Amino acid sequence: MDPLETKKGYQDYVDKKSPNSKILKNCFNAFWVGGLICTIGQVILNICKERGFDTQTSGTIVSILLIGISAFLTGLNLFNKIGKFAGAGSLIPITGFANSIVSPAMEYKSEGYVMGVGGKMFTVAGPVLVFGISASILVGIIFLIFNTQSVTLV
Amino acid sequence: MKKIGKQTIKFDTPPTILECSSIVGPKEAQGPLAKYFDQTLEDEFWGEKSWEKAESKIIKEATNMVIAKSGISSQDIDCVFAGDLLNQCISSSFGLREINIPFFGVFGACSTFVESLSLGAIATESFAKHVLCATSSHFCSAEKQFRFPLELGNQRPPSSQWTVTGSGAAILSKDGNGPYITHITPGKIVDMGIKDGNNMGAAMAPAFSDTLITHFTDTGRSPSYYDAIISGDLGHIGKDIAIDIAKSKGYNIKSNYNDCRSSYF
Amino acid sequence: MDINWANVFNISSLLKCFLVGGIICIIGQILIDKTKLTPARILVIFVTTGAVLGGLGIYKYLVDFAGAGATVPLTGFGYNLANGAIEAVKENGLVGAFTGGVKAAAGGIAAAIFFGYLAALISKPKMKKQ
Repeated sequence: MDPLETKKGYQDYVDKKSPNSKILKNCFNAFWVGGLICTIGQVILNICKERGFDTQTSGTIVSILLIGISAFLTGLNLFNKIGKFAGAGSLIPITGFANSIVSPAMEYKSEGYVMGVGGKMFTVAGPVLVFGISASILVGIIFLIFNTQSVTLV
Repeated sequence: MKKIGKQTIKFDTPPTILECSSIVGPKEAQGPLAKYFDQTLEDEFWGEKSWEKAESKIIKEATNMVIAKSGISSQDIDCVFAGDLLNQCISSSFGLREINIPFFGVFGACSTFVESLSLGAIATESFAKHVLCATSSHFCSAEKQFRFPLELGNQRPPSSQWTVTGSGAAILSKDGNGPYITHITPGKIVDMGIKDGNNMGAAMAPAFSDTLITHFTDTGRSPSYYDAIISGDLGHIGKDIAIDIAKSKGYNIKSNYNDCRSSYF
Repeated sequence: MDINWANVFNISSLLKCFLVGGIICIIGQILIDKTKLTPARILVIFVTTGAVLGGLGIYKYLVDFAGAGATVPLTGFGYNLANGAIEAVKENGLVGAFTGGVKAAAGGIAAAIFFGYLAALISKPKMKKQ
C-alpha cells in the first residue's frame, strides 16, 4: 500500500513506525522520584512546623529550599541527568519550575548578563507565570462575584 | 548543462570534486565513521566563549583546511557557497569573513551542503573555475535556537534527532579527473503534515523519496545502477520510511541505500 | 527549640505525601509520553489545573490529606496562587484578586529568579552526553 496517499494515512503509518517511549518504566521512575521530592518537601515542612512557623510560611520555606536545591543541581550540570531519568518526576514538582528558569539563564549567559541571562530567563517558565497568575486573578474575581468557592459553581 | 525529464540537470562538462575536508565534534568522533574525518575536537567550545563562535571557528578551519589540501590559492577560487542552521547564517558569515572570496549565503537546513554543491556545480558551467562549498552545524547552538536549553531536565523521545557538531567543505573544479557531479535533481517541498518536532525523519522522508524517484524517472536509471544511494539525515525511522515509500512506488533501494544520520552515531 | 523528630518523620503523613506526589507525577509522565506536549505546555496545564481546582475549593482537600505531596507539584503552585487571591479578596475586595496570588507565591518566584541568576553567574551549560 502507499503510505503517502493521504496526510492522515501517513500520520497513522508514522505512528506505527516510530518506537514508543517505554511508558511503564518512565511512569515508575516518575512516580518514585516525584514522590521522593515531595517527601523531602514534607520533611522540611514538618521541621518548619515544629519550629513554630505557620502553614503558609512553612510552605514558602519548602518552595524556596527545593528551588535552591534544584538551581544548585542545574548549575552542577546534574539536573538534566535526573530529568532524563525521572521525566515528569522532576519536572512536575517545583524543582522542574526552578530548572526551567535556571537552564535558559545559563544557556543565554553567552549573550550577556542583562539581555542574555536577565531577558531569556523566562523563555520556558514565563508561560507558567502568565497562566498561573492570570488564572488566580480570574479565580479571585469570580470569588468576588459569587462569593462562594463551592463546587456547585461548575 | 541542460534539463532532462521533469526536474533534473545534466552537465555537459561535469565538475570534479577536487578536494574535501571535515571537522567534527567529540560525539561524532566516537561513531563508526570517526577514522574518515580530518580532525576531531575534544570539546564543543574549542576554546571559544560561545557555541556560535565555536561553530564559526569549525567552518573557518574546515575551509582553510580544504584550501590547503587542494593546493589551490584562495585567489583562484571564484566564489564560495556556504550556509548553516543558525539565523542569518551567522556561523558561515562570521567564519568566512576573512577568507576574501565572493560569498553566497545558502540556507537549506539539512540539505544546505548538497544545495551549495549543486549551486557550485552550476557555477562551474558558467563563470567559475574553482568553487568552494561548505556548511556547518553545532548540536548545542542548534538546540539553543530550535529546541530547549541543554540543562533543561526533559526527556528526548526515542525518535528525536541529534544535530551533528561539525563542518564539511569541498572544492569543485571546472576541469579535473573526477569524482564528477554529473546530474542534479533538486527536490520539491513535500509536506505530509508531520508536526512532531522530535520526529524529523518522518517529516523529511516523503520529500527524499519523491526526489529520488523523480531522479530515477528523469535519468531512466534504476536503483541498481548505483553503488550507493545516500540520504542526508533521515535517521533510522526516516530511513525505514524512505525504503517503504520507494517500495510502494516499485523501487527496491534496500540493498544499496544508506543514511548519513543512522551511520554517524 | 527542641524538635520532636517523631512528628517530623511521621510515617503515615510521609507515605500519603509520597503516594499523592508520585501519582501526580505519573499523570505528568503519561502526558509527556502519550501526547506531543512540550514541557512548558505541561507545566502550564498543571499550574492552571491547580489554580482552577484551588478556586473551586477542591484542591484544599488534597492538600489537607497529602501535605507537601499536593503542594510541591506545580498544581500546588497554582493552588497557592488561587488560594492567595481568594484570601486577599476576602480582605481587600477586587484589589486582592490582583495582589493576593503573587503575594502568596512571592517566595517561590523570587527564589527562582535569584537562584537562577546566581547559577547562571557561576556555571556554564555542558554538552549532553546522551
